[in-house]
Amino acid sequence: MEIIQIVGLGLATTILIVVLKGKSPEIAFLLSLLVGIFIFIFLLDKIALVIGLLEKLSIQAGVELIFLQTILKIIGIAYIAEFGAQIAKDSGENSIASKIELAGKVLILVLALPIVQRVVEVVLNLLPS
Amino acid sequence: MLDTDINQIFFIAGVGILTAVIHSVLEAFGKKEFANWATLTGVVVIMLTVVSYVSDLFDKVRNVFLSH
Repeated sequence: MEIIQIVGLGLATTILIVVLKGKSPEIAFLLSLLVGIFIFIFLLDKIALVIGLLEKLSIQAGVELIFLQTILKIIGIAYIAEFGAQIAKDSGENSIASKIELAGKVLILVLALPIVQRVVEVVLNLLPS
Repeated sequence: MLDTDINQIFFIAGVGILTAVIHSVLEAFGKKEFANWATLTGVVVIMLTVVSYVSDLFDKVRNVFLSH
């Protein structure tokens, strides 16, 4: 039951942050950042399992590997951008958070461009000339 | 793995409480400059710990999502 460990970690850290917040808010912020990182690292091992399964399935189904690579990159960018944006939002920097989110969206769009191009090519091939 | 994590978190909370106490004690003695330096040192120590974990996280994300 790893969820109990995670929830316990979160609750213990929350209490410590509440204690620390009045005395030194900087250290409370660093503490919340650290517990976020720990939970994230813990989840990454599980995500790696899921991704391994997806990769096996896509190889069996004969999907081109570049599609899966692009999707994984997009998911990675989304995770990291969300993490950074939440941390910035937590400490009241909403403008920085929205810029991080904007950067994530633009980078995802750039990564998705080759796939969009392929779709357009396929549609043009289907059209009777 | 989560055991070491909770130890890290208690370590950082302990350093935070300790710096807060040192800050208030030094301030009570009227040494405001030293109090500020003590707080700054505590923040820097914790930041060094946290930054290594941040780079650990980014490395792991890169390994999981970009190594295929």
